[in-house]
Amino acid sequence: MEIAHQHATKRRIGERVISIGLACCGGLSILTTIGIVAVLIVETVAFFRHVPMWRFLTDTQWTPLFANKHFGIAPLVAGTMLTSTIAIAVAMPLGLLTAIYLSEFAKEGVRQAVKPLLEILAGVPTVVYGYFALLFVTPLLQRLIPQLAGFNALSPGIVMGLMIIPMVASLSEDAMYAVPQGLREAAYALGSSKLQVSLRVVVPAAFSGIAASLLLAISRAIGETMIVAIAAGQQPRFTLNPFVPVETMTAYIVQVSLGDTPTGTLEYNTIFAVGMTLFLSTLLLNLFSLWLRERFREQYA
Amino acid sequence: MYASVLRNDSISNPPSTAHDSPSVFAIQGLECWYGTHQVIRKVSLIIPERRITAIIGPSGCGKSTLIRCLNRINDLIPGFRMSGHILFKGRELDDPAIDPLTIRLKVGMVFQKPNPFPKSIYENVAYGPRIWELHRDRRLDDHVEKSLRKAALWDEVKDKLGQNALTLSGGQQQRLCIARALAVEPEVLLLDEPCSALDPIATGKIEELLLELKQRYTLVIVTHNMQQAARVSDETGFLLMGELIEFGPTEKLFTTPGDSRTEAYITGRFG
Ligand SMILES: Nc1ncnc2c1ncn2[C@@H]1O[C@H](COP(=O)(O)OP(=O)(O)O)[C@@H](O)[C@H]1O
Ligand SMILES: [Mg+2]
Repeated sequence: MEIAHQHATKRRIGERVISIGLACCGGLSILTTIGIVAVLIVETVAFFRHVPMWRFLTDTQWTPLFANKHFGIAPLVAGTMLTSTIAIAVAMPLGLLTAIYLSEFAKEGVRQAVKPLLEILAGVPTVVYGYFALLFVTPLLQRLIPQLAGFNALSPGIVMGLMIIPMVASLSEDAMYAVPQGLREAAYALGSSKLQVSLRVVVPAAFSGIAASLLLAISRAIGETMIVAIAAGQQPRFTLNPFVPVETMTAYIVQVSLGDTPTGTLEYNTIFAVGMTLFLSTLLLNLFSLWLRERFREQYA
Repeated sequence: MYASVLRNDSISNPPSTAHDSPSVFAIQGLECWYGTHQVIRKVSLIIPERRITAIIGPSGCGKSTLIRCLNRINDLIPGFRMSGHILFKGRELDDPAIDPLTIRLKVGMVFQKPNPFPKSIYENVAYGPRIWELHRDRRLDDHVEKSLRKAALWDEVKDKLGQNALTLSGGQQQRLCIARALAVEPEVLLLDEPCSALDPIATGKIEELLLELKQRYTLVIVTHNMQQAARVSDETGFLLMGELIEFGPTEKLFTTPGDSRTEAYITGRFG
């Protein structure tokens, strides 16, 4: 009786220790996030004490490391948008087609085999994709497009698109697979072909889930660093021409972080202003994506 | 060939019905399996034109499987297999030369759980005509209205055709599903427990509608509600563990059942 009681007490203490330990781990990651955001805010505020917000938003040149300093974020935003748009233009059709195939056409066995494969593909280090873009895709494209520069937006854009296909495919497939079987039966019962069921019923019914996956993919493309830092060049240029070197927000941050810019200077603070812009845009996209996914879930709850 | 199937004496002749309405479906010795699990055993019956045929029986006895054979929608289920014969207006239903899609154009279906598409009311009804390219533009509008009127839903939705169908009540959704099925102008409407998810008032409306639709369509309704079968149907079949125990005029089946198991079921002694 007494021993059993001691046992139970010991176990209770053990459980307490474990649960406190786990809470500490959770708390640590939350604190880290808060810390990052706090640093971002403090340094960004310091930046805007020297550069007025309107010049940051309206100037079309970004030359903080030169003698003649300009602090217009526009060229970096243009570079980011250009590479991301190319990436989405590649990933959306291919990702959606893969998802439709897996969810509606593939045999269950194929689906079970391909899904984990997609996830493995998503785990390839992005530096590999970066060199793939620079050393393989760019030379290949240069044979088709002679005026293509060695560093450009097109090649890393395409490779980034290939990289996010698994993500688009996997998340969209989840959304399509979750469409109730009853809707498919209703469509078949009206004499629809398999393709009609997929395109006219399943895809529209999964729309919010698919849109959520695309937004997440866009956010991933905007935040992607290695591929563009390696293959897009480091020349902030306010252009939508995909054939010339550009610089994205992420690539700029890498450039400054790896350089010998002393901490506390205005040049150093630029990376936080750019980082903040990046953080806010991806945060908005992720929140929007989350909202869409919630809506999708409610629809079929 | 078809005639010989119907004359095949080794299988018991399908129970003939007391009236002279021509048959739409003639089912002969039908057997169905899911994998190795047999769920329909040697079922033979004739479904007469412009009548309501009810299939009753306890849940799991194979009612859904049976009527889902009639538009070949079971073909979509992996592992499903059937043997025997189903003649639709004299032609073998699983003749490889017949495209199952065109069968579904003639044989519509309404499901147990209302399943409108998450689109507007209008788009739900227009779906079938659109994929079959039956009507366009103004004529499509007229056709949608006609279909909604046939399903006794027009007056309730005419001012909100653009609204999402999921905002309708369960009973309205089910009538929308009926309108959607009627919009491709089928000859037969299969209804698999269309009222099981509805309240008594909505159920009453659907039953009223079915009696009206009988003027123009052949209806087959599956129900586990015996009162409903008695109220609306002309013929009733009683299915038990995949076997058709009895089939005949509804009134006879409910007043003087020929089989003790039918009697036990309709008097509520099991099921
Ligand atoms: N898709 C399926 N796969 C395997 N077995 C099924 C499937 N659908 C129904 N069954 C089985 O077939 C039998 C008859 O089912 P069903 O036709 O749905 O009966 P009812 O409609 O009379 O309730 C049941 O035993 C059921 O478990
Ligand atoms: Mg059923």
